[in-house]
Amino acid sequence: MSPGETWVVLEDGLVLPARSVGAPGTALGEMVFTTGMSGYQEAVTDPSYLGQILCFAAPMIGNYGAGPGLDESTRAWPGAVIMRRAGDAAGVGGPTGWRTWLSERGVVAVEDCDTRRLVRHLRDRGAMRGGVTTEMLPDELLAMVRAHPVLDGRDLASQAAGPARMLGTEGPRVVAIDCGMKESIARGLVGAGCRLDVVPAGVTAAEVLARDPDGVFLSNGPGDPAAVTTVIETVRGLLGEVPVFGICLGHQMLSQALGLSTRKLAFGHRGANHPVRRSDDGRVEITVQNHGYAVVDDGLPDGVEVTRTSLFDGSVEGIAAPELRAWSVQYHPEASPGPRDARYMFSEFVSSLGGGR
Amino acid sequence: MPRRDDISTIMVLGSGPIVIGQAGEFDYSGTQGARALREEGYRVVLVNSNPATIMTDPSVADRTYVEPLDVESVEAIIELERPDALLPTLGGQTALNLAMDLSAAGVLERFGVELIGADVAAIRRAEDREVFRDTMAAAGLAVPENRVVSDMEAGRRAVAELGLPVILRPGFTLGGEGGGAAHTPEEFESMLEKALAASPISQVLIDRSLVGWAEIELEVVRDTADNAVIVCSIENIDPMGVHTGDSVTVAPVMTLTDPELQRLRDAAIAVIRAVGVSTGGANVQFALDRASGEMVVIEMNPRVSRSSALASKATGFPIAKIAARLAVGYTLDELPNEITGVTPASFEPSLDYVAVKIPRFAFEKVPGASSELTTHMKSVGEVLALGRTFGEAFGKAMSGRELDVRPRTPRDGAEALEILRTPSWDRYDVILWALANGVGEEAVREATHIDPWFLSQLGALAAARTAVGGSLDALDATALRTARRAGVVDRDIAVATGATELQVGERRRALGVRPTYHAVDTCAAEFEALTPYYYAGFEETIAPRSSSSARAPTGSGRGSSSTTAASTPPRRSATSAMRR
Amino acid sequence: MINCNPETVSTDHGVSDRLYLEPVTIDAVLDICAAEKPVGVIAQLGGQTPLRLARALAEAGVPVLGTTPAAIDLAEDRGSFGALLDRLGLKAPPWAVANGGEEALAAAERVGYPVLIRPSYVLGGRAMAICDSPEAVRAYIARERPEGVLLVDRFLENAVELDVDALSDGEECWTAAVMEHVEAAGVHSGDSACVLPAQSAGPGLIAELEEQTAALARGLGVVGLLNVQFAVLRDGSIYVIEANPRASRTIPFVAKATGVPLVRHAVRLMLGASLAELGLPVAAPQRHVAVKEAVLPFSRFTGADPVLGPEMRATGEVMGLGGSFAEAFAKAQRGAGQALPRSGTAFISARDADKPEAVALAARLARAGLELLATGGTATALAAAGLAVTRVHKISEGAPHVGDLIEQGAIDLVINTPQGGQGARTDGFEIRAAAIRAGIPCITTIEAGAAAAAAIAAGGAGYPRALQDGGRPTRPGRAFRPGPTVV
Repeated sequence: MSPGETWVVLEDGLVLPARSVGAPGTALGEMVFTTGMSGYQEAVTDPSYLGQILCFAAPMIGNYGAGPGLDESTRAWPGAVIMRRAGDAAGVGGPTGWRTWLSERGVVAVEDCDTRRLVRHLRDRGAMRGGVTTEMLPDELLAMVRAHPVLDGRDLASQAAGPARMLGTEGPRVVAIDCGMKESIARGLVGAGCRLDVVPAGVTAAEVLARDPDGVFLSNGPGDPAAVTTVIETVRGLLGEVPVFGICLGHQMLSQALGLSTRKLAFGHRGANHPVRRSDDGRVEITVQNHGYAVVDDGLPDGVEVTRTSLFDGSVEGIAAPELRAWSVQYHPEASPGPRDARYMFSEFVSSLGGGR
Repeated sequence: MPRRDDISTIMVLGSGPIVIGQAGEFDYSGTQGARALREEGYRVVLVNSNPATIMTDPSVADRTYVEPLDVESVEAIIELERPDALLPTLGGQTALNLAMDLSAAGVLERFGVELIGADVAAIRRAEDREVFRDTMAAAGLAVPENRVVSDMEAGRRAVAELGLPVILRPGFTLGGEGGGAAHTPEEFESMLEKALAASPISQVLIDRSLVGWAEIELEVVRDTADNAVIVCSIENIDPMGVHTGDSVTVAPVMTLTDPELQRLRDAAIAVIRAVGVSTGGANVQFALDRASGEMVVIEMNPRVSRSSALASKATGFPIAKIAARLAVGYTLDELPNEITGVTPASFEPSLDYVAVKIPRFAFEKVPGASSELTTHMKSVGEVLALGRTFGEAFGKAMSGRELDVRPRTPRDGAEALEILRTPSWDRYDVILWALANGVGEEAVREATHIDPWFLSQLGALAAARTAVGGSLDALDATALRTARRAGVVDRDIAVATGATELQVGERRRALGVRPTYHAVDTCAAEFEALTPYYYAGFEETIAPRSSSSARAPTGSGRGSSSTTAASTPPRRSATSAMRR
Repeated sequence: MINCNPETVSTDHGVSDRLYLEPVTIDAVLDICAAEKPVGVIAQLGGQTPLRLARALAEAGVPVLGTTPAAIDLAEDRGSFGALLDRLGLKAPPWAVANGGEEALAAAERVGYPVLIRPSYVLGGRAMAICDSPEAVRAYIARERPEGVLLVDRFLENAVELDVDALSDGEECWTAAVMEHVEAAGVHSGDSACVLPAQSAGPGLIAELEEQTAALARGLGVVGLLNVQFAVLRDGSIYVIEANPRASRTIPFVAKATGVPLVRHAVRLMLGASLAELGLPVAAPQRHVAVKEAVLPFSRFTGADPVLGPEMRATGEVMGLGGSFAEAFAKAQRGAGQALPRSGTAFISARDADKPEAVALAARLARAGLELLATGGTATALAAAGLAVTRVHKISEGAPHVGDLIEQGAIDLVINTPQGGQGARTDGFEIRAAAIRAGIPCITTIEAGAAAAAAIAAGGAGYPRALQDGGRPTRPGRAFRPGPTVV
């Protein structure tokens, strides 16, 4: 495939030329961008990107190679990756060049694309479907994009969930409902001193309770949170029975189980610099974010409070139902990539279960 | 909390005359700070002995004194003006030292002047090497190890403890005269003897050598509510051994993995907390051994610094303005990000471009001076360039240097490597020559310790410059656009083709290869930028006319076809369309 | 605004309507002009850098505001500038143009020694030298290997250098300042101390300088700022050294000293206003006596010899404002980090040509209560004038020598004018280096020495002056005894 015959197309007709640096092919999905300046491999191995095409706003990607040490899961998740410049040398990050790493995993990837133009377009017009292709002309791709199902209404959690497994050897037992859980979350929980019992999404409340958990964790994951009805149902069955902590999609599922609803954000929050204000002491945390939907705080049910608010757009970033010992945050305390100011949450959760280091 | 109204007159100290290491960047900071304070309704008394500054324009402050920056002169002004507070953190080391001297002399106490933006204890914790080391140790961080010796025996003991290589710094000599780096025991013996003789008091500071370690700086801002943000990360392309002011630097950091970067971020915040800067900015410098992961804190400047100006221009985040407001009581979340207008200053800027700083030297003006770049700063100015990629930014920065002297052209690869072993102002010119003339990146890395990623970028730039050799007429729009996108500017094309810079520009514009302008918006386009601060790129967005026709030619500029016209926003005006 | 220097206020995006952080090179600037279509470009406020682009901009059809690029080039081109001076009846020192080092010797012969040699289109005076003989010329060529056109001027001994900054609309001219350099012509103006108003120029001379400046402004068609450097010999003859039709380094100093916002006025002129429309007073207000002192970065350069010569080496400046020259000079010295001592011991070593003036200033210091130390010939001259002086050894004469005394803190002021020739191994270098290390003022020209003596003799630390107060000390009435104003 010669350079220049690769195209990025959005459903509203925007066409951008690019150069292929990954696997040949065509990818379709919801077009999203992240403004984070570090951790490209951690981003691409984040299961939350299933069903999406990821554009990096930061222009120089792949500077230090790739390797198993930085994987957040065992595969790459976005259908395609759009970059301004992609490197291919090995480095401190690992022995595999980034382009090579993408190609080996069959990821359609491009560089030399006008990423800033793309980001501004999505910012002004909102998230929308798009496609990247190395094998057809833009008009043909556009037709495919417009025929592709939108992300709204799709439950992708079960597709992203990993196999059941046990991690950690001592401490309270936490059952983690895996909807596409990042490795660093598992490490954070285990590191805080618990035994982690990971079960894939789809499990019922009874099945969870049968595992005799001291607490339940709800993970991040892809797709529309409103569509993950099975897990929401499960959470409803757990409320009051056992303490619950959720991150990202997990926060959205917990919120819905408590009676709140979710809405689609214009173009999502994805980056490592988002200020969030704590409602208890007014302090600001710089947070890592990766979500396209937010919890709506109209009409909070009794016993539910908003604990965190975004200072970028006022959206809900955390809730708690203290009597039910349930709480969650929209953002990513495990970071990876990004600032780790909020990693204390893992200890906070585990020690609330009576264990922890 | 809201701004303090128990103070009404604030004195701001400038940094005095421009000297190496303390130049116009403090005019920028001081002017921003003074203006911010007046906007907040305070009466500002400004003192700076240097009239070649914007801050001493009588419109900037309420009372402007171009007077010597010493205790006696400033005391006389304090006595006249009776300021309630003194802000010493915007005038470099000069202002900070002066504030400490005023405090020690009892002047501040006598006249009831409160030091804001910094406190004496915090300054001491940052600047006294012994106290700094203890402060860092208490925070779980390491500083470079050193020993002070006065004789050969003590020197040998020091090396036994520190290991080799070491850096010798004779005490109280000018410009590090008599010192240097020692790599072998024999070298150390002879250098120590020379160093002890060179020092008037026979004192030599022996530092464990970190030559070759990666050098990274973070600009941090913290408020009284303990909100701390990293404004900018800066990677020194010249590794440890060359003063950061003399190094070519890039923002954001390019070669660190996220875990490495977060470790530095956590450490920088720990440092600013441990030192106790609670209303303003600080510059924290780290050395990092990539192989072992060992990290040390080199130094911390508890004030706005030379890098703060660089960081402010590279990110759009006006550190001095924010610092001045923090000093009078605001917290970061109470201050707006003026570039977006709708978000607070309590965030960390995100860059979707690359910023490269290249220092400017003037050795040609001082015959007899050593032009080797060492740990004592020698540059007299700097160039900042922003580009869509590292290559674009670097090539642009090189072209902005306005050299009066030509860089050296080596005879051959061997001579090139010989030259490169000693850091010099023209090392990047020599590197580009070497990479274009058969010298491998590994050989250059071995001679310079520069990270291989940067060398591969320079290799690509060198190749791109070579690729435009030949006749100008043979370069079509695609070739010219490709060259510009690689960081090869018109002057480089002129050199390669034998044409003039103007001829290259004429041809380029005639073929429709024109820059696109992009905004510095602190947020990587996540929000719309209100402030028009731009840099040039050579982006293009071309749509083909239909799926069955041939591809639209690249380089046809900003003309749009029917498919894009329907989907792109209507143009407000021809000029604004070019700005993105 | 186009600039690529991140340190300055000009690259604060709040200062202009649009900021382009781009190199100040012709390709970047032309591209921006194509996008912005400005009514014009101001190139005369950024020093040499934008001036170099002015002609190319004009040729590309971009309007350059103010003085035309052709006029700027004319002022730089020795041949055409010389012709202009002839036409205006003004004098320049004898000069010649040499194409490369080969022709330099012949040119120097024609011009007559001593000569000042430099390449044309200089930035900051680099690669300039004063040569007393053919041997010195040869050494300069060998050292600098200058390329292109070389300017060879007769160097005027013992001349006073006076700088004039003026505003002009192409017809009328208004003088903002006549400044006097406190060191002899030959030290690049960026490195010397200067005083405003000129101290040793009477009204007649000032008027003549203003007339010559106005003639040049008209002759060049200056619209905006003009800086002219003059040298005046003891017999009163006036020579034009150079004219710069742009903002000079002294503009900020002059603006602060006089309170006149020169750049604002210059911009209005460039936009088409006439001088009359600016509403300027008949003469620039004399609010203060102002002294500008250069600050040199010596300690940074290992092995460099801190002798002031035609190579500009100052990195910065400070200003002292006072009711008298002595007060202003003393403050400027304090600001430069070399506060003059009020008591203690002064060391003087003067070359032969300076010995008479050295005697005069030494007498003043003695009257102020300072003890005098001197080497060899200087000590003899001082003693012969009836002054109490202790002779000390030059460094080459062996310990205990003046270098030792400086290190021991026994000396508070050094006035040391070199015997000629820069050499890292001469005594002079050692003495000067020792003074810098000890942090005591080290004055290297006899004129500055005389000014220092006047300031010390006057006594007092001066009084703060806020720029907003229009020339009065900030609290009137506080006693300060002005010293003599003659240098």
